[in-house]
Formats: sequence, structure tokens, C-alpha cells
Amino acid sequence: MKIFRFRGGIHPEGNKDPTACHPIARLPLPKRLYIPLQQHIGEPAAPEVKVGDHVLKGQRLARHQGSVSAPVHAPTSGTVIAIGDHMAPHPSGLPVQTITLEPDGEERWIETEPAVDPFSLTRAEVAARVRDAGIVGLGGAAFPAAVKLDAGNRHPIDTLIINGGECEPYLTCDDRLMREGAGYVVEGVRLIANGLGAKRAVIAIEDNKPEALEAMRVAAAAHPGIRVLRVPSRYPMGSEKQLVTTVTGREIPAGKLSAEIGVSVHNVGTALAVCRAVRFGKPLVSRVVTVGGGAIRNPRNVVVPIGTPAADLVEFCGGFTVTPTRVLMGGPMMGQVLPGLEAPVVKGTSGIIALTAAEAHASSERACLHCGRCVDVCPVGLVPLELAARVRAGRIDDAAELGMGDCLSCGCCAYVCPAHLPLAHLFNYAKGEIAARREAQRKAEETRKLAEARRLRLAAEAAAKAARRPARPTEKAETES
Amino acid sequence: MTMILSVAVLAALGLGLGWLLGLASQWLGATTDPVVERLTEALPGSQCGQCGYPGCGQAAIALSKGEAPVTLCPPGGRVVAEKLAEILGTTFDPGNLPDRGPLLARVRTDSCIGCSRCIKSCPTDAILGATKQLHVVLEEACIGCGACAEVCPTGGIDLEGIPVTLRNWRWHKPGVGHA
Repeated sequence: MKIFRFRGGIHPEGNKDPTACHPIARLPLPKRLYIPLQQHIGEPAAPEVKVGDHVLKGQRLARHQGSVSAPVHAPTSGTVIAIGDHMAPHPSGLPVQTITLEPDGEERWIETEPAVDPFSLTRAEVAARVRDAGIVGLGGAAFPAAVKLDAGNRHPIDTLIINGGECEPYLTCDDRLMREGAGYVVEGVRLIANGLGAKRAVIAIEDNKPEALEAMRVAAAAHPGIRVLRVPSRYPMGSEKQLVTTVTGREIPAGKLSAEIGVSVHNVGTALAVCRAVRFGKPLVSRVVTVGGGAIRNPRNVVVPIGTPAADLVEFCGGFTVTPTRVLMGGPMMGQVLPGLEAPVVKGTSGIIALTAAEAHASSERACLHCGRCVDVCPVGLVPLELAARVRAGRIDDAAELGMGDCLSCGCCAYVCPAHLPLAHLFNYAKGEIAARREAQRKAEETRKLAEARRLRLAAEAAAKAARRPARPTEKAETES
Repeated sequence: MTMILSVAVLAALGLGLGWLLGLASQWLGATTDPVVERLTEALPGSQCGQCGYPGCGQAAIALSKGEAPVTLCPPGGRVVAEKLAEILGTTFDPGNLPDRGPLLARVRTDSCIGCSRCIKSCPTDAILGATKQLHVVLEEACIGCGACAEVCPTGGIDLEGIPVTLRNWRWHKPGVGHA
């Protein structure tokens, strides 16, 4: 199968060996679980339980609301002890509505409905099971998976791509998952392909994971519709747009969805979750998390109930050898700084990475050399140095015109910058600013419409009053006379 | 006879003066300034009066004469200020913007007597409620102009900043000197 090349990209040091060589461990039940109601892109889930309720493992705690949303389930059996604010796993450290669960240690499952023959289900039934299981993209973006399956009804999908790239340094949770659960992953892939009506499925794995490639090849051998594809290790291979280009040679146009060019991309972890949900009727209540980085004593992959505080994970992995300079949720390239170790693991958490000072490469910034390295590595063909200059000068609109909105926030530019400009930070700021402006613009237009509607209403009321008036003076005249 | 004469004189007077006025409006009349029109277009148009002028039209005129700064419109915020500066061809320094941020009105549940005065004063119809019932502000429609707070007889409406949540949180600008 021909492999295409995407532009730019970098080869960061992998640092995957310390965790890739250990089998996935199972975390003992934490004392408390903090389950945020917003773990996905879209509307937050609406709680269905009260404080004091006893819930079973897999019981729905909050239902989805709106078209883009996902329900949340109890990761274990226990008692709901609080519903309120708790620190979100988000760089702002802001609180998020969270259900606190005290496990009873019995791990009693709610009654599940396994499918007799999952491959006889219709597309809508597959999508419904995926939605009810609360499955979101487990690669990190946490986009509700059922919404992606539904997109297959609007756009014909010819190719399903399963993202086993895992191009972020340090992260090995997908690698271990493919090695240890290849059969389930392949079944999940077949179910997603069924749900989308896609004839062809390609499992793309970077060539730095030979064991995972082999395991997946063996598991997929019996299914002619599934190809396991070895792709070169180059960051950001695991980014949707870049992976689609690599596998199909097609480019997703700016501002369009992959479904619009007939491709759907799902992560390997998502495929496994889909297999569990559709075949066994089990909702998404746990995930594999890589606990790594130089500051962790025993780095490894761990199966974790959703809602486990990061502190419990760090403790399970032997704690810190040195005080970490930075603790990240996700990988070092696109991961977000964790505001505190009390923040919980959520559905989109692929790793807890504690970096030492040497790994964090904190160095002071110098002036831009205009060397153009950022231009060479930008996978979407932007000119980061020009964008940065405009963003610095506060010319956000100019930056938007130069394509700021197409930036993936992959961080390649900041990685290669010899002057250590905080390019990724600048661009995150600029994109936030663009979003804020769009919001303000929308609000202004809304205000104009409301003010106009009020003017019309008042005019109509005045007219109606005037129409009633002629009756009155005659009455008055009669009474006077 | 005198009656006919007076009627004729008054009619002639009216016609003559009317003709003069018509001529004056032809020769001396102020055509609407296109700049003012564009400025009015850029302003929110809710006539809330927070800028100190009676409405957006008057504010636009003041802007065109250079009597008011482009940062005059609190509900419009930065976006409107930038647009106004663009129309006027002036530079706009966001540092000068006394940015108290957008506000939202909130009815205090223990003070509202249901008089419905705030409902009538709201330029965007953002307050709901019936007489002698608790009123409520629709956050989505509120522009934080404070017109309701001014008319509230019990002082039961507060203007509050919009709380920062995960949904509207944004990265700050990296604070470094050189470009």
C-alpha cells in the first residue's frame, strides 16, 4: 500500500522505552473518585443521581444533553457523596461540576445487555450503543464518538482509519493496548466500520512500535477488509489531518471535516471501548494511562477508573524521584499543564507525564533570528514567525488572515525554534482571542436584532393603541354631553 | 372682506416661508454624513446610553466630530472599539481601554417586588417576569447596560462580571518584551 508524505513535522526523542516494556498494571481502587460532568467536547452531561445515592458500576450518573455531548457512568459501585465543584484537569485550574463517588470496594456491575451478534446490528443501533456507553475519542480530543458515526449517514465514508500513531513522546498507552488487546481492538475496528458503512479499514501504526504492528497484523489476518499499515515515525503523525494525508493522499480542506472527504478517523483506544460497549454492553468507565517522565520512580501504563486523582496514580508508580518541573496531562508536545495532582483522570487523559528540569528544556527567550526553521516544520504550511510577530503586536485580525485558524497547536515550531520563542503559547493565545472576538461579534449582532425587535414591538403596541383610541373620545363626548 | 384678506395674507405668508425653507434645505441642508452612518452601523444599536449620549446615533455623531473616544461603548467592548477606530482612521490602543469587561445584570431574589419597571427599561428585552412575580434576566440577551439597575425601586439588581468558566477561559498573552 502506498504511503504519502505530509509536509513538515519533526522527530522528537521518543522516550517511550521506560513505559513500553512493562505490561499494563491495574490500579487498586482509589478512596475517592471525582467524575467531571464535562469530559468531552460539547454540552456537559446533566446529573441523574443525588447525594447519598448508592450506584452500581456502569450505572449512568449523568445523561447527555444536546446533539454533541456524552453521558457519564459510575466507574465502580459506591455512594455519591457530593455533586459540586472540583478542580478540572485543565491548565486554568478552574473548577468543573463533578460527581464525587466513594467506592464500596465491591465493584458490583449493573446488569448489562451483551449483543448476541454484534455484527447483525444496524448502523443506527451501533451508534446508539456507542452513545449510551459515553464513548468519546480516547486519543485526547474527547470528541463524542457517536457523533462521528452519525456523520457517516450524511457523508459516504469509504475509508476508516484507526489511529495507532501515538506520535507524542513518552506516551505508550496505545502501544500497550494494541499488544495486549489486539483481538478486541480489531473487533472494535470491524464494528466501527460496520457503523460507518466503510468498506475499507486501515490501522496505521508508527514504525517505532514493531511489537504492536506484529500483534495487530496477527489479529487482523482473518479479516480481508482490514489492513495494518506501517507508517513512518514523524510527529505529528497522530494528528487527524496528517494521518489522513499519509494513508489516503487526500488533504482535508481547511475548516472541513474528514467525513466530507469520505474518511473517518478513530483512535485504537476508542476501538477497544466500542468493542466493549457494542459486544458486552459495558460503558466507558476506565482507560489506560501512561504514567511517565523522568520524575516518576516506576513509570508504566496503568488501567485507571475514570475520576481517579492524578496523585493516586503518581503514588501507585512509586511517587516522584525529584520534584517535577512540570506535570502534564497528555504528551509533552500537545499536553496541557496539570494545575494540581488532585485533578482527576478523565476520558481524554492519555498520560500523566512528570518532567524534570532537564526534560522540560526551560530556557530563556531570545530575539527571533528569522531562520525559517518553524516554516520548514509547520505541518499545515503556515509561517509561524510572521504570525508570531503579528500576534505580539496585537494584530490578531492580520494573524487570522494569515491562517492562524488552521494552526493545529502541534508545537513543532516551538520545538525547533533556536530562539526559544513561546510560539505555541502565542498561537493558543491568538486562537483564544479570535474565538473571543467571534463571540463578541455574535453578541453584538444578537443585540442589534433584539434592539430592533423591541423597537418593532413598541411601534406595533403604539399603533394598536392608536387604533383603539378613536372609540374613546366619542364615549367621552357622550358622557360629557 | 377683512376675513378673506387675512386668510390670503396668511396663506401667502405660509407659501412664501415654506418655499424659502425648501430652498434653504436644498442649499444649506446637512446631508447625513456617511461616516456617521457607518459608525452607527458599527455600534450595537441598543440605545442603552452607557456612553453618556442619549443613543447610538448621537454617540456616532460625537465620534465623528472627535468629541468622544472610540472606547466609549462598554457593551461593544474591544471589537466595537477597533471597528470604530478603523472607520475613523485612528489608531486604537487597547491599553487605554478601561476594560471592566462585559457585565451581566442579576436580579436579587430577595429584593424583587415584581414591579416590572426593569422589564420596560431593558433595551434588549432581556428581562422576563409578570407583575408581582419574581423577574429573571436572560443572560444570553443581557448586554450589561445597567438601565434596569437604575430604575429598580428596591436597588435589587446587581451588575456582575461574567464568571470565567472552562468554556470562556482563554490563554493569556505570553508576557515578554521583544517582538
